[in-house]
Formats: sequence, structure tokens, C-alpha cells
Amino acid sequence: MAAAAAGAGSGPWAAQEKQFPPALLSFFIYNPRFGPREGQENKILFYHPNEVEKNEKIRNVGLCEAIVQFTRTFSPSKPAKSLHTQKNRQFFNEPEENFWMVMVVRNPIIEKQSKDGKPVIEYQEEELLDKVYSSVLRQCYSMYKLFNGTFLKAMEDGGVKLLKERLEKFFHRYLQTLHLQSCDLLDIFGGISFFPLDKMTYLKIQSFINRMEESLNIVKYTAFLYNDQLIWSGLEQDDMRILYKYLTTSLFPRHIEPELAGRDSPIRAEMPGNLQHYGRFLTGPLNLNDPDAKCRFPKIFVNTDDTYEELHLIVYKAMSAAVCFMIDASVHPTLDFCRRLDSIVGPQLTVLASDICEQFNINKRMSGSEKEPQFKFIYFNHMNLAEKSTVHMRKTPSVSLTSVHPDLMKILGDINSDFTRVDEDEEIIVKAMSDYWVVGKKSDRRELYVILNQKNANLIEVNEEVKKLCATQFNNIFFLD
Amino acid sequence: MGEEDYYLELCERPVQFEKANPVNCVFFDEANKQVFAVRSGGATGVVVKGPDDRNPISFRMDDKGEVKCIKFSLENKILAVQRTSKTVDFCNFIPDNSQLEYTQECKTKNANILGFCWTSSTEIVFITDQGIEFYQVLPEKRSLKLLKSHNLNVNWYMYCPESAVILLSTTVLENVLQPFHFRAGTMSKLPKFEIELPAAPKSTKPSLSERDIAMATIYGQLYVLFLRHHSRTSNSTGAEVVLYHLPREGACKKMHILKLNRTGKFALNVVDNLVVVHHQDTETSVIFDIKLRGEFDGSVTFHHPVLPARSIQPYQIPITGPAAVTSQSPVPCKLYSSSWIVFQPDIIISASQGYLWNLQVKLEPIVNLLPDKGRLMDFLLQRKECKMVILSVCSQMLSESDRASLPVIATVFDKLNHEYKKYLDAEQSYAMAVEAGQSRSSPLLKRPVRTQAVLDQSDVYTHVLSAFVEKKMPHKFVIAVLMEYIRSLNQFQIAVQHYLHELVIKTLVQHNLFYMLHQFLQYHVLSDSKPLACLLLSLESFYPPAHQLSLDMLKRLSTANDEIVEVLLSKHQVLAALRFIRGIGGHDNISARKFLDAAKQTEDNMLFYTIFRFFEQRNQRLRGSPNFTPGEHCEEHVAFFKQIFGDQALMRPTTF
Repeated sequence: MAAAAAGAGSGPWAAQEKQFPPALLSFFIYNPRFGPREGQENKILFYHPNEVEKNEKIRNVGLCEAIVQFTRTFSPSKPAKSLHTQKNRQFFNEPEENFWMVMVVRNPIIEKQSKDGKPVIEYQEEELLDKVYSSVLRQCYSMYKLFNGTFLKAMEDGGVKLLKERLEKFFHRYLQTLHLQSCDLLDIFGGISFFPLDKMTYLKIQSFINRMEESLNIVKYTAFLYNDQLIWSGLEQDDMRILYKYLTTSLFPRHIEPELAGRDSPIRAEMPGNLQHYGRFLTGPLNLNDPDAKCRFPKIFVNTDDTYEELHLIVYKAMSAAVCFMIDASVHPTLDFCRRLDSIVGPQLTVLASDICEQFNINKRMSGSEKEPQFKFIYFNHMNLAEKSTVHMRKTPSVSLTSVHPDLMKILGDINSDFTRVDEDEEIIVKAMSDYWVVGKKSDRRELYVILNQKNANLIEVNEEVKKLCATQFNNIFFLD
Repeated sequence: MGEEDYYLELCERPVQFEKANPVNCVFFDEANKQVFAVRSGGATGVVVKGPDDRNPISFRMDDKGEVKCIKFSLENKILAVQRTSKTVDFCNFIPDNSQLEYTQECKTKNANILGFCWTSSTEIVFITDQGIEFYQVLPEKRSLKLLKSHNLNVNWYMYCPESAVILLSTTVLENVLQPFHFRAGTMSKLPKFEIELPAAPKSTKPSLSERDIAMATIYGQLYVLFLRHHSRTSNSTGAEVVLYHLPREGACKKMHILKLNRTGKFALNVVDNLVVVHHQDTETSVIFDIKLRGEFDGSVTFHHPVLPARSIQPYQIPITGPAAVTSQSPVPCKLYSSSWIVFQPDIIISASQGYLWNLQVKLEPIVNLLPDKGRLMDFLLQRKECKMVILSVCSQMLSESDRASLPVIATVFDKLNHEYKKYLDAEQSYAMAVEAGQSRSSPLLKRPVRTQAVLDQSDVYTHVLSAFVEKKMPHKFVIAVLMEYIRSLNQFQIAVQHYLHELVIKTLVQHNLFYMLHQFLQYHVLSDSKPLACLLLSLESFYPPAHQLSLDMLKRLSTANDEIVEVLLSKHQVLAALRFIRGIGGHDNISARKFLDAAKQTEDNMLFYTIFRFFEQRNQRLRGSPNFTPGEHCEEHVAFFKQIFGDQALMRPTTF
């Protein structure tokens, strides 16, 4: 009980309350065109939890179908996106024509102790933000598509059977990684954190990538990351956005532990004449010296709107620098290829990684930004998806931790919803509880959210503070005061 | 061996003179590079031809005995003729001066004159077997004045006119060399040095032969070149050339050894700072470049020939005069003939045929003979006439058939930019020195010379890159090459010209690679400039984020505030424009009419009201009245305002 309360912030009644965060109730995918004549269950392509009784599944799907149909009469182009009820919220998404994805989330609950000692359950109907969870649902599709291609492609390749298999295989695991309690503004943005870098080091990286693509001539696209932040993407923006999400929330966190444990082990001194380096594969073969090592790489699907390319994803890392080589799926990388890649890329990437680290430290020292500023902010640019947050701590595989109260995060989400409603630039200043001020600014497709904690500050002072922040942090972009 | 393979050639227009024969003696003066043909001791005429003179000098002089040596002073002012071993005769060639000969006998008793050298138009050095005597000639007095002399035993001497250094061979083994330097009436003795002679069979007395020594200026430094027929140290039987550096100050030092890997008869030339070694037995030549990397053993650098040995390009003797009529085909010239005499730096004389050639290096064939592009660049960048060849190498390595790998391309660009940067730095420090007013105080301050090795961005753009992007190469390669060049420029801290950035943008846009472009701009790889910002603005219809990128760039330039206002107004972002100009404190100077026009165009009455009211307040603040002045031409807007909001909505002047 104490643990649950501590996680949710501590009010004066914390001891008497139990809080339950939002949770996934069900998640299903259906296509109304499939079998309205014969059994209704043919419409259902995937249903979680699977244990639910068949009739209930059919009932739930039917209900969603009806709601969408019904709301379509009012707004033919924009049918309902979500349905609010006391206990839960349902989110609808039609990522491909007639394919519907539905996610049902239970509202957060507060369990209070009444005077007679009986527990009273209270659903917090207004806590969840539609935009946040709609984005989560859309992300589910994008992630599926990245690793499996479109629903339609699966239908073409192997009919409903194959599609069902793929959905089952993918979502069975993926849904376990949805952490609905920690979703927030950043899920709406789905942004990319870029690694700040000076021009010269950036050009060196460019040069490295071009050389690698030339010597490993089967590489089609390359992406380069440092410290889980993007530096270069040869993929188009939308594909990179979801790949970035996968790398930073799934693949990289999974490899953090072994990396920390064996700092010195990756040096392979057993290969004579080989330069010592820290390079290793995050996908593909674990041990290059094992002649039976499997060279299987995850497949990804990109540019699904036009060229529809299927690629192998090779992720190779040396120290904090990670490079993704994407090669056409028709080419099967052999162990020899992997060894060659390791011998060419490994030493150079190791040197480059230490160059970047050194340069980054020099730049940090010069700008003197080591001191924590007095305020927290989230910045997002719709044009390049650049995202920057001093609110969020480092992401772990399970949850993204924020350093501010959830109520403040909710205010940020509300401001964002306001911004979506109009096209013009605007600015919203909110006085939150205690000493907090929350400021939202939108200027030419950029959004900035600032949380200030200043005792007895007035509106004018807050405005001045934000101006100062813009002048120091964003002086090299056109951001209206 | 194709014709394009020869990398050495004789100059096209040799100096032609009458062949040497019993009645015609031929002399060559290294200082003026003149050939003297003396017929019958001068009685039947002397013809003097230099490489540059169109008109040979011809004159007669009395036959007073066999001529041993004949030379003009610099600028052909005075002629000196040695006929005996004790005296030298002089004759003025200056107008208004007596042309009667006058004679100077060497001062040292019992000494024999080995020869003489002019060190200026009126200064001459006699070298005798017992020392040297430095004289000033007084042509109007027809006499000489001894300036300085030095006694020592001399076996033979050698003169390098470019550096005005005379080298005297002394001691029994002849291998101790004593240099003297001459400058404006002074003679200075430099530290003597010893040439290490190779071990020779006991029966023969080792000695240093004059034939095996040459002096030449290589890369601005004076070297004594010694042709050592047998290596002293190593077991290899091949001959080698040892280069002793003779500095202006300080001791002479052995610096380089050129490995010939063959034996026989050799001759040396120095052309374009390259040491050319001719080998008579094989009738081929090799070249050495001491600036190219060699093997350094701690004190001496060993060099191997830059290229495989090749013959000098076959040469056809041009036929002139009556012979041209009779003989149809030109006669091929015998190369490496035993009658050839070689002089420094680049002269080859065939006395029997009557020709004087300058040896020349052809760079084009070398491009294909040196496969290592990095070494090729190092070599070419040191050559005088290298610009077009280097540019063609660059074009070639980017062509489809001879495409080089990116690391090689990067190396070539780095070498070009290294040279370019050196020049830019020299230019800058010169400009700074001039600004600081050092030009008057320091005579050493010279404007840096721009050699052909300085290939700037405009050269590379015009001759290489602009044509390269037009070719149908894979766009990945094109972009990689452009980025590599930009990387190289940045690495040498050279500001990249905007036309290179435009080339990158053009290529990216052509292939719809807008996201790449976006990333480059995000990391400021393409430097900010107004032209670039305007180019981005024009891309907005293809790629909407270009608008934001352009505005950011204008903002960073901080000199483009007017442009920012224009861009915003054109997008009907009137309020944003006004807030921007107010933010930078420029709102008192803007045209009200421009903003009101833009506001009216939006057909948003509330916006018009806001803007109108803003300017009314400005008028009030600046002039004490909210009314617009006639000069502002806002009558139409005032009328419009009244029409929409009524007279009473106009701001009233505040009265005190």
C-alpha cells in the first residue's frame, strides 16, 4: 500500500488512498468487410486478451463498429476517435482502409476508505488525454508496420491466415511493453532527440557513413546515433521516427546491462593483426568466431507508401556510437560479410566514437551548460521532429521517468490540445498549484512548454523568464517572443 | 611504349650554334646561359647566343692566341677573355666607353688562372691554383681593382650563378670543398666540408672528380650533388647521388641519398626542383623529388626514383635553311650521345650538332605512371605548371571509368586544401603586417606568391565539380564527393563558398532528398547566407519545412531583419512581423502603410484594427498625436478604418 501511494505522489490522505494507474483492458483489430454474412468472429483479426469469451469479443467489436458508423453520419470524413465512459476510454484508429484498431484503457482509479471502513472506488474520468492515447494507438500500428509491412501486404502474401499469424506474433509481445501509466506529451510528438554536435565532427561522421556505404556496397541506408540520440538518417523522416522509437525504447535498453557489465570484454585480441576495437553487433551474430553463428537480422519495411522496401536491419555499436546499416532483404548477409563489416567498421567507429565524446565534452565546457537551469522545458519542432526535454529523465526499458508532478504533465497535454485547435501562433500561461507556472508557446510549427517554479512570481515576471530562456536556449532559430 | 609515356623532353626551340670543329671553338657561360662560337680565335667572328635573345651578338676580335675561356659580365656589359694562364683580357661593351682591350694579371706570383666567373655586371672572380682573387672592374678607367683575395691550393672549381657561390676543391684527395659566397662587393668564406669518398681498390688513388659534382638550387636551397659510383655503406652495387645541403649560414650537411640501383655513366640535371639522372648505358633517365616522402634513417633520407626509368622523348632535328628543301624527313636526333655535355640546372648541349636544349618535365604522362593518387598529388603540387594537370586528375578520379574510392578522393582534396590554406594564411599575415604598418620598416615583407599549386574553391568548382554533378553518376556518390570536399575545406578552416552549398542543395533537390538537406542544415553544414536563405524560400512549395529553415537562417544572420519582415508579411503573418520588429526595437522606423496594407489584405478586420491601433499609439508616442502624417500615405487606411469601425473608434489625442 505504501509503495503504491509513494509512486503516485503524496497528498495528505495518501495513507488512506490507493491509486491505480490507467491500464490496458483490451486491444483488438478487425475488418468489418470480413464475413458479415457467416460468423461474426471472422471480422476479428486479433483480440487481446485472448481468454475473453467469443461472444463478448463479437459484442465488443460490434459495439465499436456501430459507434464508428453512427458518428460517421455526423462527420463523414472524421469518424469518432475515442469514446469516453465512466470506467474506461476506447480509442479507434483506421490505419488502412477498413482495418480498425481499437484500444480500451481503464481510467485511473482511486480507492478510498469510507468512514465505515468499506473501500469506495472512484474512477477518474477526466485524467486521460485523448491525444496521448490516440498517439499510442497509432504508434502500435507504425511499429507493427515497421517489422511486418502493411496489413494489405500480408493479405496479398498469405490471406487472412497469414495476417492473423503476424498480428498474433507481434502484438502478443508488443502489448506487454506498452506502459500506459507513463504515456504523456512526448508520445503525442513521437519526436527524435538529436545529438548536438559541431560542424566538423558532423562532417567526419558523414564521411565515415559514405565510406562505409561504399566499402560495404550492399548497404542501402544508414542511420547513425550517439548516446541514443540521432545524428544522421538516410531513411525518410517517418520511417526514421518509428525506427528511432524502436531503437531507443527497445533495442538499446536491452543491451545496456551487458555493456555495463563487461566493459573490457568486447576487445577481441584473439584476432591477430586486427585493430583492437569495441564494435559489436546488437542485431545478428553474437560471436563472430563461432562458425555456426546465425546471421539473422530483423527485417524492416520502409517507404510503404511508394517503393515498399524490405530490408535487413543491422545494428552495430562501438561505445556510445551506434550505426544502423540497412540492406535489401533479397541479399542475405553471410558470416563472412559480418566479419568484414566488423573488421572495417569496428576500428573506425571506435575512433569516431571517442572523437565525438571528446568534442562533445569540449563543447559542453565551452557553453558552460553543465549547471541545471531553474526551469524545466519540453521543446518540439514538427518540421524535423526534433524533441528536447529536460522534464524527462533517461528512458529505461520499462518506464520513462518524469521529474515533475503528473498534474503538471497533464496541463502540458491540455495546452497542446489547445494548440492543435488553431493554426496560428499562440502563447498560453497557466498558474498551476503551489508555486508553479506553466507556459506554452507555439511559433511556426514549433512548440515550447516551460515549467517554472518561482515563489510569488507574477505574470510579467514569468513572461520575462520565458523570454530569457528563449534567448539563451533558442537564439539560433526564429522563435517569436 | 606509347608516346604519352615519355615524361622528359627537350625544348622545342633549342639554341642553335655553329658546330664545334678545329677552327670553331664553342664555349658555354653558365651565368648568362650563352653559347660562344669563336671562329679562328675571334678574328673571323664571335657569335653569342642566349636562350632568350632573339638577336645573337656578333663581333670580331683580334686573334691574340687560343681562347681558353670567354664570358660576358651580367647584362652583357663587359667581355672577359682568357688567353693565357696568367692574364685575362677585358673589352667594354658599354656605349660611350672605350672598346680598347685592357688586361689584368693575377696577383699571386707563380699562380695559374684556372678560370674566372662574373658575379655581377662589374665584379669578377679569378680562380687560380693558389686561391681566388675578387676584382671590381672599372670600365671607364679600363682597369681593375682588387677587392679581396684568399690563398689556398685549388684543384678545380665550380660556380653556381643563381646563388653566387663558388666551390673550390682542395687537398690531395680533392674531396675537401671550400665554398665562397659573393654579394655586392663582398666575398664571404663559408665553412668547408668533406665529401666522403667511396672505398676504392688500393691500387688506385681515390680522388673526387669534378665530373661527379654539381651544384643546384632545389626548392630554394643550395645543394651540392655528389655522384657516388659505389655505395659506401650498403652492399648494393648501385650508384647513388648524395645531396649536401649548403645553407646561407651554418655548416654543410648531408641530407638526401638518391638510390640509382644501377651503375655506369650518369649525368645530372635539375628541372622544376626535380633531380634528373641520365644513364647513358641504358639511354634512360629517372627523376627524384626530395620533397616526396623517403626512408629516413635518423640523419639522411633515402629516395627512390619517383617513376620507372624512361628515355627522353625522341627528338627530331628541325631542318632549316637549304637542307629543308632537299631532305624531306626530319632527322631523328641521337639522344644520350657521348658528345652531350650537361650543365646545371637544365641544360644539355650537343657541341658536335650545335644545339643547346633546356630539359623539360611533362606532367600529363606522369598521371598514368603514378597509381598512388596521394603520392601523385604530392608530386604534382610541387611542380610549376601543375594546375591544369591536377584539375584533370581530379576530374578523372570522379569519372565513371576511373572512379577512385572515397578515401582516395578525400586524400586528394586534403592535399589540395592544405596547399590552399597555406597560401590563405600567408596572404592573411601579409595583409595584417601591411595594416600594422610593418611594410616600411621590414624589407623582408613580401606579398605571398600564388603558385599554380593553389587551387581554390572556384577552380575546383569550375573545372571539376560543376561538370561532375552534370554527369549521370549515382547520386549517393555525387553527394558523398561534395560532402568530402566540404569536409576537407572545413578541416582546414577555410570558409566554404556559397556556390558549393548551392551545388549540394541542387543535387539533393534533384533527387528529392529533402530530408537529407534538412539534416545538413540542422547541423549547419551548409553555412548561413542570404543567397542560401532565399534559395530555401524558393523550395517551400516542394518542401514546406524549407520556410522554417530559411527564417531560422535569416534570424542567425542578424543582418537580414528586413528580409524576415518581408517574408512574414508575404505570408500574411502581419502580427508576427510586427512582434518581431518590436522585439528587435525597430518598430519606430517601419512604414505604417506597409503593415496596414498587409493587414487589410488578410480581410481580418480585427487584425486590421489591432495593427491600426498600434500605429496610432506609435504616432501618439512619437509625435503627441495619434493621427498619421500626410507623408505616411495612410489616408486610404484611415478611411477604411472609419468605414468599418466608425469615426468614434479612432483614437483621441490625449490632452494634458
